[in-house]
Amino acid sequence: MNTRRRSPGTPMFLRMLARAAFLRKRTALSALFAIIVAAAASTAMLNLFVDVQSKLRKEFRGFGANIVVEAKKGGSFAPDDLNRINSAVATHGVAVPFAYAVAHTTRGQAIVVAGTDLELARKLNPWWDVSSWPQGPAQALVGVRAAKIIAPDGGPFALTYQGRTIHLSSAGTVRTGAGEDSRLYLSLQDFQSWTGLQPSVVEIAAYGSVAEVTSLLSRLQHDLPGAGVNAVRQVTEGEASILGKTRSTLLWSALLIVCTAALCVLATLTGWIFDRRRDFAIMKAIGGSDWLIAAFVAGEAAVLACAGALLGFVAGTGIAAWIGRVNFHAPVAPRLDALPPVLIGCVLVTLIATLLPLRLLRHIQPAMILKGE
Amino acid sequence: MFVRLVYESVRRQTRRKLLMATAVTLGAAVATAMIAIATDIGDKISHELRAYGANLVVTPADDSLDVQIGSVDLKPRGGAYLSEADLPKIKGIFWRNNITGFTPELSVNVKVGSADATLVGTYFAKTLKYGNQEFTTGARKTFPWWKVNGAWPADDSNQLLVGERLAAEGGTKSGGKIQINETAYPVAGIVSSGSSEDEEIIAPLSVAQKLAGQPGAVGKLFVSAVTKPEDAFARRNPDSLTPADRDRWYCSPYPQSIAFQLQEVIPNSHAEQIRQVAQNEGNVLSRIEGLMLLITLAALFTSGLAVSAAMATAMFERRQEIGLMKALGAGQFALSAIFITESVLLACVGGLVGFAGGALLARKLGQTIFGSAIAVEPVLLPLILAIAILVTFAGSATAIRRAVKYDPVHALKGEA
Repeated sequence: MNTRRRSPGTPMFLRMLARAAFLRKRTALSALFAIIVAAAASTAMLNLFVDVQSKLRKEFRGFGANIVVEAKKGGSFAPDDLNRINSAVATHGVAVPFAYAVAHTTRGQAIVVAGTDLELARKLNPWWDVSSWPQGPAQALVGVRAAKIIAPDGGPFALTYQGRTIHLSSAGTVRTGAGEDSRLYLSLQDFQSWTGLQPSVVEIAAYGSVAEVTSLLSRLQHDLPGAGVNAVRQVTEGEASILGKTRSTLLWSALLIVCTAALCVLATLTGWIFDRRRDFAIMKAIGGSDWLIAAFVAGEAAVLACAGALLGFVAGTGIAAWIGRVNFHAPVAPRLDALPPVLIGCVLVTLIATLLPLRLLRHIQPAMILKGE
Repeated sequence: MFVRLVYESVRRQTRRKLLMATAVTLGAAVATAMIAIATDIGDKISHELRAYGANLVVTPADDSLDVQIGSVDLKPRGGAYLSEADLPKIKGIFWRNNITGFTPELSVNVKVGSADATLVGTYFAKTLKYGNQEFTTGARKTFPWWKVNGAWPADDSNQLLVGERLAAEGGTKSGGKIQINETAYPVAGIVSSGSSEDEEIIAPLSVAQKLAGQPGAVGKLFVSAVTKPEDAFARRNPDSLTPADRDRWYCSPYPQSIAFQLQEVIPNSHAEQIRQVAQNEGNVLSRIEGLMLLITLAALFTSGLAVSAAMATAMFERRQEIGLMKALGAGQFALSAIFITESVLLACVGGLVGFAGGALLARKLGQTIFGSAIAVEPVLLPLILAIAILVTFAGSATAIRRAVKYDPVHALKGEA
């Protein structure tokens, strides 16, 4: 019976929807505005919540290596082993080989000399405070404490290792507050042609989530059975704890913001429905069923919600991108998969906000409303 | 009459007023909680960042070099040491409350059986006294990533921790014994850290001092301090600053100024930041702080807009009321005054309740996330009230202005 009554009324139904929105454009606009704000806030928080993890992980890689591979005690890596490590790490991180030797200055002072790929070391350890990086061959990067002893005037100096002497000049100093301050860094070529030693340690800054780092760790353990492959727990555990806390702070903030926005949509729309009780009373008085009125209101709310959600989605994506640019100097990529939850959420909230007060109005006689009571 | 009008309006239209008040309350609560979180997050995260361990290191002020590769120390013994007796003085520096812990270290080359090994003396969880203040510090606090299989040794015992890899090589078990320089020491546990400690023996400081023949000596001191991210001002040389600037530098918890103060209390020492920890801490901290600040701004903006929208709707609904008052002869000024007073009243009540709710919320969130409450500064209350009043006013002002301008006839007929 319902279908029969509804079918000739369909164009009328649409016309009512359009006219209602147009005639009461002020109230409709303020309702739409509230929905846009709510949708924008939810979109921005969803975007940030997903993206901030990876952005912060990048910051945490500034702490340097989270995996260290050491050759067997007293041994070193064959070129083959280094290739295997490099192919395992590939683009998922930076792998930097280090070779160490104890050399002596002309005055007999022992000093640790490290040979490494200086380009990569610079990428691995951004916290090194380096006055200037070596550019050419036979240039060394000297720790600040070592510099005082071997090259106090910054001039050239000589080091011996098992009877072989190398003449070096100091390109600059490195300050870290740790062991590096007492060492001297050379390019791997210079180091190897002087000492003939191969790298014995590879430090790896592996990118990605805990699961990705763990899988790289087990792959390395599998590929290099003799070597000691260890996660640097100081770095990995600190990162996990702080990321977790930041994540929950963000989650709670997101919940708070979304709840406020949703409740204000509720308040605005409830007011909007109560405001129009006369319209509904008239509809009822001229024979509209409760069902028809509910469908009419729900249709109107759904249209509003969809429009609001779409506009809010665009605005929210913009806000997230702006926050990303300001804080992380990299925009937060727009996520289309945030649209369905935002859309569904908006429609749900608007439907609740409109149909609930409508139920209250249903019990009131049209005559009473029309009389203004 | 004015007071009565406002009073009756609040009393009669409870549903509408409640709705408006709820909107303001929610907005104020979220604003309070978010501002509290944003202002406190730096402090909370820097405590969390202490999981990275010490960010400052104090060494004797001599020019000798460490000759150390991994855990093998090739440095000839001797030279300068710090004095263990000076350590409690750390709790007397200006930023003492920012020092979350410190751990001395004295490494000695020893023979385990016939092999060379490094034994490191340290505090595990030692209780020290400065004045009448007692505090506990040691490796358990500054190196939270050390995992011990077995038990932690007591600081006044001669029990040891043996590094994981060293233990595996020698077949040492926790609860067993290990032969060091012809003496057998009980092993309390096996320690794993993922770095050089895995190949070392960790002993109470007094044991290391005895083995080294250096009573009261400390080779190195690791200090874990809550610091502020370094900026250009922090990097200035304190000696080149004007007295006023120097005071400001000294009284800011920069890694540099805390290092400077450590150097002041420990004679013949050189304190420096461990850049790997200190620098990156600063980066991570400022990123998270910045993020929360921006999110808080967004939250304030959102709740402001939402409250404004709710207010505008509520005001717009009342145009008939306004029309009636106008028809009875109320002037534009009197009308605006009534409605604005109402809004401000509402904003104050909503703001107060919201502030209390927000403070409670921030406390709870702090407990859940960080395990310590986030305190809300009372200074925030006037700010929140001001924001609430401003937002309510902005939301209702346009609606009031429009309503006041209506022709009462149209408004009363419901045609507006």
